[in-house]
Amino acid sequence: MSATTKRLAGHEAIRVKGWLAAHKWLILRRLSQVMFLLVFLVGPWFGIWWVTGTLAGSRTFGVLPLTDPLVLLQSLVAGHLPELTAIVGALIVMAVYAVIGGRVFCSWVCPINPVTDGAHWLHDRLGFSKGWQPKRSTRLWILGAVLAVSAVTGTIAWEVVNPVTILHRGLVYGMGFAWALVGAVFLFDLVVARRGWCGHVCPVGAFYGLIGTKSLLRVSAVNRSACNDCMDCFAVCPESQVIPAALRGRDGASPLILSSDCTNCGRCIDVCAVDVFAFTHRCDTYVKNDEQLADKAA
Amino acid sequence: MPASGQPISPQRRRFLTETARMAGGCVVAGSALAYLVNDARGLPAEALRPPGALPEADFLAACIRCGLCVRDCPYDTLSLAELGVDGPATGTPFFTARQVPCEMCEDVPCVAACPTGALDPSLTNIDDARMGTAVLVDQENCLNLLGLRCDVCYRVCPVIDEAITLELSHNVRSGHHAIFAPVVHADHCTGCGMCEKSCVLPEAAIKVLPVRLARGRSADHYRKGWEEKDARGAPVVEGIIDLPDRLPGPGTDNLTAPGGFEPALKLPGVKP
Repeated sequence: MSATTKRLAGHEAIRVKGWLAAHKWLILRRLSQVMFLLVFLVGPWFGIWWVTGTLAGSRTFGVLPLTDPLVLLQSLVAGHLPELTAIVGALIVMAVYAVIGGRVFCSWVCPINPVTDGAHWLHDRLGFSKGWQPKRSTRLWILGAVLAVSAVTGTIAWEVVNPVTILHRGLVYGMGFAWALVGAVFLFDLVVARRGWCGHVCPVGAFYGLIGTKSLLRVSAVNRSACNDCMDCFAVCPESQVIPAALRGRDGASPLILSSDCTNCGRCIDVCAVDVFAFTHRCDTYVKNDEQLADKAA
Repeated sequence: MPASGQPISPQRRRFLTETARMAGGCVVAGSALAYLVNDARGLPAEALRPPGALPEADFLAACIRCGLCVRDCPYDTLSLAELGVDGPATGTPFFTARQVPCEMCEDVPCVAACPTGALDPSLTNIDDARMGTAVLVDQENCLNLLGLRCDVCYRVCPVIDEAITLELSHNVRSGHHAIFAPVVHADHCTGCGMCEKSCVLPEAAIKVLPVRLARGRSADHYRKGWEEKDARGAPVVEGIIDLPDRLPGPGTDNLTAPGGFEPALKLPGVKP
């Protein structure tokens, strides 16, 4: 392996844009994750009850109900018709993520994301091989299996093992042995499958992905003609299969990353030294100097 | 399907293999999950669900484990089961009567907080709650049944004189005292656990058990003859005749012998 491929992804961006600009979205994302934890924790810690409950279901300022739509869907297929409060809460959540991108939940809210990001960071440093890489559609299959098990057993099946809600609930209400489960996810990502949990297995992410299929907020490779093939975006992207179509723009393909697998984490924007990527909306198909790209391809 | 002898296209072959592989994997993973789910169903006897909780099987389909009931409980009675520490299904709300009983708030805030109806919103009167049923499980150690006047379970009962009454009987041991036996009436017991919490013994003699353990159930076709007779004002079966009891003496309805008593069964129109 050559020295350049071993080099830290984003090295060039840090040199050109400065460290802060090359970590802008990452920092914002970490702040968002901390914020979403803190709003739930200031209640039990300091008695400031802005938000009560957990990610599975919460009440904000005593009025706004929010419900995890997948948990509620499992409840429905298990044969329980929920009260209106929970249904309204799930509809609000679904409406928001349908606009900003379903998997924004994964990268900006989910408490397991820092765990698997940490595992990936260590995985990179230790130079492990990528390990078991099941197809990306695996998580959709698992989602189907989870719903089937819920229907057959008449319970909200995934909540028995779901590390997302178990970790979040653990932090807010008491961990018990939830650390062991979180540790297992970390190890799974570190030694069994690179980016395994969030990228291949988690049915929660798969479900949010489905919600965000037609989301408005998207990343666009608007400046793709400037791409110098450094591959840093591929190195940092947790769902790197979403990039090529938009970046390479073969046959005048849209510069928008339209795959619902994209988590809108914005890390590709950070690490690109020539600012290829930018956040935009799904109708914005503008491409800067696209004729140059055509020349390059020719 | 292609005609026999004609190989199926590689894409089709790949699609079929992938699908079969995924489906197989999902059956294995799904079975494991179903096993875990089944395992999580067993609710320990001492873990009581909040007021208005649906029957356990329905509850596990309805409770999203958000903990809003826990937060709105003003007495910190409820808690969410922690993974690998508490017995109930992970993240579901419960309380242990001996530690913190339910104070039976009149506005039932836990039920009002539940967004899904896992705690049935039709429960508006806390006296209708059936979190369990108190049972005087240890009649040998209960101080009242030993002939002492402890009475604590009776005194603390929020539904005093209805859910728990003191029934007097002769104290055979001392010969001249009464035994004030605490008796639970399941029709009125909410299962709040005040009695169990307050029992003065190191291990409570009265305990709140899940209704399934605490109670039997009468067969649907059973009729109580004495009630039917009262309701009808006549014997339920026509043409019944009252024969005299053969054995004279105490404990029979032979009034001529000492210790005889008035017969309970009195047939209308029949002279003894």
